[in-house]
Amino acid sequence: MIDAMSASPCNGSPSQPNLGGSTPKAHGQPLWLLAELTYKCPLQCPYCSNPLDFSDFGGELTTQQWLDLFQQGRELGAVQLGFSGGEPLVRQDLIELIGGAHEMGYYTNLITSGVGLNERKMAEFHKAGLDHIQVSFQASDESVNNMLAGSKKAFEQKLKMAREVKAQGYPMVLNFVTHRHNIDRIDRIIELCVELEADYVELATCQYYGWAFENVEQLLPTRAQLEHAEAVTNQYRKKLAAEGNPIKLIFVTPDYYEERPKGCMNGWGQVFLTVTPDGKALPCHSARMLPIEFPNVKEMSLQQIWDQSPGFNYFRGDDWMKEPCRSCDEKDKDFGGCHCQAYMLTGDMHNADPVCGKSPHHDKIVTARNRAEEVVNRPDEFVYRNERNSRVFAKG
Amino acid sequence: MIDRATKPALNKMFRFQWEKAQNSYVLLYPEGMIQLNGPAGEILALVDGERTVDLIIGELQEKFPDAGELDSDVLEFMQEANTQGWISL
Repeated sequence: MIDAMSASPCNGSPSQPNLGGSTPKAHGQPLWLLAELTYKCPLQCPYCSNPLDFSDFGGELTTQQWLDLFQQGRELGAVQLGFSGGEPLVRQDLIELIGGAHEMGYYTNLITSGVGLNERKMAEFHKAGLDHIQVSFQASDESVNNMLAGSKKAFEQKLKMAREVKAQGYPMVLNFVTHRHNIDRIDRIIELCVELEADYVELATCQYYGWAFENVEQLLPTRAQLEHAEAVTNQYRKKLAAEGNPIKLIFVTPDYYEERPKGCMNGWGQVFLTVTPDGKALPCHSARMLPIEFPNVKEMSLQQIWDQSPGFNYFRGDDWMKEPCRSCDEKDKDFGGCHCQAYMLTGDMHNADPVCGKSPHHDKIVTARNRAEEVVNRPDEFVYRNERNSRVFAKG
Repeated sequence: MIDRATKPALNKMFRFQWEKAQNSYVLLYPEGMIQLNGPAGEILALVDGERTVDLIIGELQEKFPDAGELDSDVLEFMQEANTQGWISL
């Protein structure tokens, strides 16, 4: 639903006059503020986008630091606030953060696994001003869901909480991350969402960052799987529309099967601002992996960070571009694609996203696609996202 | 054809508010925002589930005396907002 935000015509116009500091670059307003409140999570999903070495980062921001930050964001034009993580419910002060953000005029989104949620908390959050709850699922059936979440009771709890979200009158987005282990059952996923009366369903094919990149072989579906899933989704769209069901199905294709890259984050430092549990400000939630010094909200105001910090200005405009991007007539559309993907697959974040058919590194993507045809499903080979595994990465 | 005695209401999926940073009214929904143009914002500001269509047109007519006959514009917008799922008629 990022697209709806990007449709706003204010994108691309400067939010503030430049006050000196690093090179002025045209940019929009941080309409979307994602607060990753904690890296703690009771689940261990192997496709988590958190950094591999999350166990290395301590020192979560305090309640007051988050509230100050929300206020600063609001003054810069932020209007959507996402509480994410890890699992945001782990934060004992979540209700205070929701209440504070609501009073400031934010539309507040809780992005949760549902684990740790109950009817009482949900009602309290509603009273504090929470606007929306997004529950993420791993699959439509219990065994696959639990296998992927690394938890036996998770699925039952998620179903219960999804029903409660509707019962309490919240709008509900259900998010299913799809991959080779669950995508063939997309019909059952959709039927489950219909039964749960979701308003929006994100059928989001896994993107390969963080833990998912480590597990790409066991996650990437084959082209045939993907085409089947998209066809089934289209059939359901028609059928549901004919029945007058207002549910919206959003199908997100994996860019590994595209020939042009995605216009990542609607442009670097144009719409999104993520803040990590320890206060690092990032233009997207994966950017922490890049060899760029990103500012910390403990040390700099959000306005300075957004308008002037070298990190946020780094990929604004196109001065940084190399070929084939520099002379490409689509560079204003996709901004060279995803810098994290370029970095992970080519070792140089200034390269074109290798998803692009024009990239000299496109063979890396083609190899991954070919590999998907051969791989045998071995869920026991997943590297699960947990403290123990994270410490392995942290100490390298 | 819209019944002028009907009382349109905002769909509970949406929140309507003035955004200083956009200098406009907006509709907010899960993880998204629709920026409204001037007339759309003025109309939706009066959609509260209590006022009838007739009353809304009357108030707008009073607020914008130089705008000419507003009936058809307001009715057309309401039809569209209903189709978009923003309001129910």
